[in-house]
Amino acid sequence: MLESGSAVAVALGIAVATLRAAAPLLLAGTGELVTERSGVLNLGVEGTMLVGAACGFIGTVIGGPALGLLCAAAAGAGMSLLFAALTLGLLANQVAAGLALTIFGIGLSALVGFDYQGQPLPGLATTLFPDLATRPPLVQQVMLLDPLVWLAVASPFAAAWFLRTRPGLLLRAVGESGEVSFALGYSVRRIRLWAVLFGGVMSGLAGASLSMAYTPMWSENMVAGRGWIALALVVFSAWRPVMLLFGALLFGFVTIAQFQAGALGIDVSPHLLATLPYLATVVVLVLISRNSARLRLSAPAALGKPFHVPS
Amino acid sequence: MRLRLERRATASRVMLYASPLAAVALSLLAGALLFALLGRDPWMALRIMFLSPLQSRDGLAELALKATPLALCAVGIAVACRANVWNIGAEGQFTMGAIAGGGVALAAGDGGGALLLPVMLLAGVLGGMAWAAIPAFLRTRFNAHEILTTLMLAYVATQVLGWLVHGPWQDPEGFSFPQTRQFPPNALLPALLPGTRLHVGALLALLSVLAGTVLLGRTLAGYRLQVVGLAPAAARYAGFSGNGAVWLGLLVSGGLAGLAGVCEAAGPIGQLTPVISPGYGFAAIIVAFLGRLHPVGALLASLLMALLYLGGEGLQITLQLPLAATGVMQGMLLFFLLGVDVLILYRVRLDVGAVHV
Amino acid sequence: MHATRRTLIGTALAAPALLTARQAAAQAAMPIAFVYVSPIGDAGWTFQHELGRRALDRELGAAVKTSFVENVNEGADAERVIRKLASDGNKLIFTTSFGYMNPTLKVAGQFPATRFEHSTGYKRAENLATYSARFYEGRTVSGMVAGHMTRSKVLGMVAAFPIPEVLQGINAFALAAQSVQPGTQVKVVFTSSWFDPGKERAAADTLIAQGADVLTHHTDSTAVVQAGEEKGIPTIGYNSDLSRFGPKTCATSIMMDWDAYYLRRVRAALDGSWTATDTWDGMAKGMIRMAPLGANVPPAAKAAAGAAQAAIMAGQPAFAGPIKDQSGQVRVAAGSAMEDKDILSMNWLAEGVQGKV
Repeated sequence: MLESGSAVAVALGIAVATLRAAAPLLLAGTGELVTERSGVLNLGVEGTMLVGAACGFIGTVIGGPALGLLCAAAAGAGMSLLFAALTLGLLANQVAAGLALTIFGIGLSALVGFDYQGQPLPGLATTLFPDLATRPPLVQQVMLLDPLVWLAVASPFAAAWFLRTRPGLLLRAVGESGEVSFALGYSVRRIRLWAVLFGGVMSGLAGASLSMAYTPMWSENMVAGRGWIALALVVFSAWRPVMLLFGALLFGFVTIAQFQAGALGIDVSPHLLATLPYLATVVVLVLISRNSARLRLSAPAALGKPFHVPS
Repeated sequence: MRLRLERRATASRVMLYASPLAAVALSLLAGALLFALLGRDPWMALRIMFLSPLQSRDGLAELALKATPLALCAVGIAVACRANVWNIGAEGQFTMGAIAGGGVALAAGDGGGALLLPVMLLAGVLGGMAWAAIPAFLRTRFNAHEILTTLMLAYVATQVLGWLVHGPWQDPEGFSFPQTRQFPPNALLPALLPGTRLHVGALLALLSVLAGTVLLGRTLAGYRLQVVGLAPAAARYAGFSGNGAVWLGLLVSGGLAGLAGVCEAAGPIGQLTPVISPGYGFAAIIVAFLGRLHPVGALLASLLMALLYLGGEGLQITLQLPLAATGVMQGMLLFFLLGVDVLILYRVRLDVGAVHV
Repeated sequence: MHATRRTLIGTALAAPALLTARQAAAQAAMPIAFVYVSPIGDAGWTFQHELGRRALDRELGAAVKTSFVENVNEGADAERVIRKLASDGNKLIFTTSFGYMNPTLKVAGQFPATRFEHSTGYKRAENLATYSARFYEGRTVSGMVAGHMTRSKVLGMVAAFPIPEVLQGINAFALAAQSVQPGTQVKVVFTSSWFDPGKERAAADTLIAQGADVLTHHTDSTAVVQAGEEKGIPTIGYNSDLSRFGPKTCATSIMMDWDAYYLRRVRAALDGSWTATDTWDGMAKGMIRMAPLGANVPPAAKAAAGAAQAAIMAGQPAFAGPIKDQSGQVRVAAGSAMEDKDILSMNWLAEGVQGKV
């Protein structure tokens, strides 16, 4: 059959690696995109991902992957509920509240996960396919695409579809102007709450995809900044889900390519290679942003502005 | 029966000053509970966290030292945010400022004399400005949103620093470790308080607060900047250049972040190493917002954040409390601060059986 | 409380040589502090140091009172933490990361009666000792194992930064593997981070995709071993025994064991014989140990590993010529061996290693 060195195998390997690297970005990014389309800017993605990662890991250790996913989703929802209480209920500044959530989440996840550090866990793919390690390379690659990766790839499409349904249009309307939507009789706060909760659940699952599947472990701060990348990718995508898919795959691919180049012995300093994913994202953003009218139309107009229910 | 928020006619001046105090009181209570749950004496823990850093000359100096880069960056970010310009990547401008200033120090060798330090500081400011000019250009020319460009460039700046200290600027007598030579004595910031690490950078931070206040409150450019941020359509109608505000906001915040960077390198560190900033650029964002986007507020908030850092260290050292606990404590304090702030613009009303929307 | 501590330090300053058994008994337990660069976790660089600290508690009981501070940023923060530990009365302070070198030196100058030990650094003072381990010895042994186990003659190494200690390890690994199967290649990927499990995973996947069929790493997480377990590729762990993360595929791990060293140094401090030495021990002194070989290691590899280990412990030099670097230049002539000072500042990769420094 095809050995691990052949061109097809290498290409498949790169594709699978890109998808796996992009999965947490896609999950968290889609959640944040929906949140932002409703007008709420939640900068607490990194903290939420960490809490989701810790709880997902603990849940899996206690009761298997299903419980783990449930715990991660619940943890993400809990964190975002806290954020919603502050920003939707108490009208706190969204930027500061999100940053506070991240700081809180980093600490909370470390506290909660303290006793579970260094606990080995079979990855999600191995749990589903116990003989994964012995399979031929090509089959193995496909098996490594665990359910969370599939969910991650499907989410932007699901979000794109949703945003065109009636509830989705409503959400977008709320994101453009809370006042107008309210005047039309819609409960702005409730819609935003659902959007924020959705974002939280997705961020929790994104964290779980790291601690349950990609690198099955819990360790303090293991998300290592991916929440911030996801936030940046939402901006990159101009708040359009399919662009988010493109952005996440681009970022994931260039990260993998950076390592490929290193392993191929290309004579560039590893530090400069490490800048490639970031530079690539900026360059592509510049290329796609040049149409100024389109950009003005794509940022949700009410993004970041608190909405007070008039009395 | 429910609680609702009713907007006040005017912002409550009482709550403006009382809300931080109320928030601190609430966090103290929540913190005491947290420490008790973790098996420590709550009052001792609170004392160590909030009072101990303030109880010695050295402690106060360290507080000011830690607050300096936060204040410098936060003033800049506050100015930028007033124009709705989101400089999330101040961290990168900080790093570039350190590189620029450090580069001057390393190039000067033993020369330069008394002029070296001012040139270094200027280089730091220019370095930060140059790095911020890139997102400014990309935004004004290509409509690339600065949230993304500044953040991505922050990561790039870290890698550039890594490349420099591993490669071209590596100390030839440093056993191939990633660090530059140590800066010559005339390239180091003079101490402000003898026997402590507090350096002239603190004065520069105070100056920046003054300059920021003047810029926002007294200059036409600052006025234009704020109108662009508050009412973009009105600003366009009045002929205020949105692009001009973007440039001003990014250059000011970039320059101040760069100044903070060179001060850190030429102050407590004394050379360039792979890690110049433990996240000041990001922490400054929250400092700016805690300070309600006003330079004086940013100064006060930077002192508070510095106190939280120092207190957290103290808790680790003295009570062997895990670092994670201080992160939770900091988050809680910030939550309370943000939550109680609502009472400035709104009052809480209790509706008893009333018709509500 | 502060006054009492200062008095104690004052007495200690006045009569450092009088640390007799009588005074040691009369005083409370000797306070000893550790400064860690990362969270302790359950495996990794810091965890191994923590094991050493626990050994002190276990073996010396009431004679010492140990404490630690974790996650201390290299840079300006480190100096403050180290100084606080010194001024709090700690008599022996271990700083466990290279980036603490200059801060430790500065504080050592300010507290002449306190003893400091800095790991992996090169600056010493009368009260500042340095210590490190010959990690590369473990690499030689594991290289023998890898050399026997590889069929593709391509080995993969996920490393953090191209600093001498990492390069020593890579070269030793490659040379040993090449001694088993000449022409074996080692592909290196630098992740630019000591701890980022996701990146390490991506790097590991890349190396496997490029044909590596044995992996090892010089990073602080367990991601590489886990990648190997998932894909059925043998791995060699680093820092701690990582076999539980790769029960079927982890061939062995290179472990640091600081217990004996710490006990030796603390005992010297207790009985007054402590001096500022430079220690660079390896397998012979038990500072580097190999984890038990896994079931997947073939007998020939086991034998070779055992022989290599015995040779190292008998004093065989690690980098014995002829050794050429990537560009073909001869770095060590035939018949000679590298001296310590050259090993210490190694900044090149050996022939057959693919990667850019």
